Amino acid sequence: MVDIKKKANELLAANAVQVVIGFEEGTSGKSRAIFAQDAAGVDKLIFNSQCVLNLAVYLTKHEIKKLGKPAIIAPLPVMRAIIQLASEFQIKESEMAVLGVSPEGKLVEFQTFAAIESYLKDFKIAMDEKEKEILAKISNMSLSERFDFWMQELGECFKCYACRAACPMCYCHKCAVEQNKPQWIPVAANNLGNLEWHAMRAMHLAGRCVNCDACHNACPKGIPLNFLTKLMMVDAKEIFGQDGPSLKDGHLLSTFKPNDKENFIR
Amino acid sequence: MEDKTIYTPYLMRIEKITEEAPGVKTFRLKFQNEEEGNAFEFKAGQFGEYSVIGEGESTFCIASSPTRNGYIECTYREAGRVTSALAKCEEGDVVGFRGPYGNVFPLDEWKGKSLLFIAGGIALPPMRCVIWNALDTRENFKDVSILYGAKSVADLVYKHELKEWENRKDVKLVTTVDPGGQTEDWTGEIGFVPAVLEKMAPSSVNTIAIVCGPPVMIKFTLPVLEKLGFTEDTIYTTLENRMKCGFGKCGRCNCGNVYICKDGPVFSYKQVKALPDEY
Amino acid sequence: MTIEKYLVKSASLSALFDKIKASGKVVQAPVKKAHTVDFMPVNAFNEITDDYIVTTQSAKSVAFPRVEKLFKYTKAKKEVTIADYAINTIPEVVMWGVRPCDAAGVSPLNAIFTWDVDDVIFTTKLKRTTFIGFSCQKSDACCFCTSVGGNPGATAGSDILMTKLSSGNYLAEIITEKGKAIQVLAPEFFEETPSEEKEKNLAQVPIQFNYLEIKEKVDAYFESDIWKAQAQRCISCGTCAFVCPTCACFDIQDENHGKVGQRIRNWDSCCFSQFTIHTSGHNPRESQDRRWRQRINHKFSIMPDRINAYGCIGCGRCSRACPVDMNIMEHLIGISQLAKK
Repeated sequence: MVDIKKKANELLAANAVQVVIGFEEGTSGKSRAIFAQDAAGVDKLIFNSQCVLNLAVYLTKHEIKKLGKPAIIAPLPVMRAIIQLASEFQIKESEMAVLGVSPEGKLVEFQTFAAIESYLKDFKIAMDEKEKEILAKISNMSLSERFDFWMQELGECFKCYACRAACPMCYCHKCAVEQNKPQWIPVAANNLGNLEWHAMRAMHLAGRCVNCDACHNACPKGIPLNFLTKLMMVDAKEIFGQDGPSLKDGHLLSTFKPNDKENFIR
Repeated sequence: MEDKTIYTPYLMRIEKITEEAPGVKTFRLKFQNEEEGNAFEFKAGQFGEYSVIGEGESTFCIASSPTRNGYIECTYREAGRVTSALAKCEEGDVVGFRGPYGNVFPLDEWKGKSLLFIAGGIALPPMRCVIWNALDTRENFKDVSILYGAKSVADLVYKHELKEWENRKDVKLVTTVDPGGQTEDWTGEIGFVPAVLEKMAPSSVNTIAIVCGPPVMIKFTLPVLEKLGFTEDTIYTTLENRMKCGFGKCGRCNCGNVYICKDGPVFSYKQVKALPDEY
Repeated sequence: MTIEKYLVKSASLSALFDKIKASGKVVQAPVKKAHTVDFMPVNAFNEITDDYIVTTQSAKSVAFPRVEKLFKYTKAKKEVTIADYAINTIPEVVMWGVRPCDAAGVSPLNAIFTWDVDDVIFTTKLKRTTFIGFSCQKSDACCFCTSVGGNPGATAGSDILMTKLSSGNYLAEIITEKGKAIQVLAPEFFEETPSEEKEKNLAQVPIQFNYLEIKEKVDAYFESDIWKAQAQRCISCGTCAFVCPTCACFDIQDENHGKVGQRIRNWDSCCFSQFTIHTSGHNPRESQDRRWRQRINHKFSIMPDRINAYGCIGCGRCSRACPVDMNIMEHLIGISQLAKK
């Protein structure tokens, strides 16, 4: 952490950045975001296994942008989110600094987004054993078993939209559920409506999800939403060859290539 | 047995639809249940929640005067989901109405005074109820003047009534359109409302000014009124905020500890000045 | 009525539960689910868990549910028929296992729904609900009931309050006529008043701030940068409002299915970015600091001003559930420490 704090202080002192977005100690061992604007703030920076919030979610918030040019503490999930956001033109290389954190907790300095993408090549998104087990369990269910499984899990949802709020990819100023002309997705929390919301969000994340689990961690009911998007990730890889975020390959489902097998677009 | 709740709307039949201006319509509504209609009372300034059942509710003032029995009127501009659905309605269709909500223009306090009404564009509807209320009890007031302006001749609402007011000997009406908004046969003023007000130079002696309009119009009209001698106690306006329930429970329309649906929509300028910047 | 005190043996709880069920009332109690502990309708005593500080969600759903069908309607050509809420179908419910903080939350919620006009759906549901509270032996870092006028053994809002004593048996305080009606179902389980002190058996919750001071500070610091600083990490979801026992902000929508449908009332939150947006696009609370300020202002200043009730009972649910650890208690301490103006 010492190297990260030192760099953060350097950047602030030189006014190269005006705010450092990182983690600090929260309630009862949890960690939370901090927006350090001086040495006192930098001193509070921590990094440990509790730091699971995806800080990239703050890069697209207008209240945070107003603080000035940010430096962001970026463990792997944040790095991936940065690449995806950059490919979607939501953030600019010149408008932020990235203080990468290696899996061992050491500072990795990046001058360009391309450098981050290159670094990530050694850390491809992969499911651990537990995740593989659950994914296999769901994939092996029959369609009706799978429907029942999700209706059961999503029955707990009360549409607080914490999943959407915590996801760095959900930055739409007006979400599809906030449209009422027409009301695409019913607002009320009921089983079928919940499935519609979560299925729609998963579709909107196809090819964009960076596997950070922020949605599941944010959910006050502990619903395993991240498995909806993990399943999408598996599909995106198998069907389209998408293997993690990429600066030039952008938004999978809205990018058309000449060698796409569907020909209705031609 | 079912009981009506505070959420239950009256069912109203659309008796008459008037196209006021591009995208702006007036509905004359009669209560389907005559008993309810006869028992219904409201005062000028109050508003209601109008709905196309199945589309949702929208907040508009009651634009007709309480002195006219048997019907209520509302004027709205087509903007979102509910108003678009209302705009598709035909005469004879049924819509919902909940109300009346909100506070009232203190007409009783204003007896014996002169009234100056200033409105811009689509903001004439909230004033129409109190204008007609005043005209229907004309003997209660000294002079009644109306200054009304819109972007163009086409955007003037209540064109028919403007003619009525113009022809009345006991009302002074000045209409204006923005420069460039006039037609060839336009005989009214040309200029923005604040400028025309200055030219009109109405007396502020024992007079109440009621102003409604877009924020930019209000911003430039208030200094003119102050120059003419009006004070924060003698200038009134109506405010609006996003509303849902209309009775202070949904938590949406408050401005500090002032609820626009309960403490408004009618406010004196003194009260408006005391409000935090949350509207 | 004056509070009556009895001893209920631990072994009698299950039988008391059975008697209440047999009387035909719906009983909701905390149930351990996959990832939470929440109130659910229960049929057997062994479905109930006591392994919770507070339930994840509050008990407010019994009178103010997530979705309320206000009325149903049918539409034919130029005709609409409304079928109003069938108030008489509202069942008698016993909420078994609320905490003293939850019970204290009933009064401010009721103050909102009876301000000037009564929401008869809410008031009837509340009238038909009996709250059997259980005092707290444990608390955690998010609890702060004692800072907002409550305590782990407070009786306000409960119809019966059970406090577990060191013997493992319960002090049962019958507080209201509704509580008495429960006792009458099984008087044999309510024995002689125990001699053991109630206070010895309650959790210790240190006072962190004076809630009356919060109002003073919120009013004085309405225009201040403190709200920006506090709201920075908030991500504008609805979690805090939804788990809160006293939050009542709602939205009304029509759900249409061809020729039939219903008008429904859903929970909403002042923290959502579009909560106050006008059709024109103008939004008086466009930034998170204004929305956070509204949340605190409403609970600690507006509600006391207008309806004589404080909107926070210190249960700490919002802090526990918040995805970004806003921790309302910390923020309130910060506000209370602002210099007097």
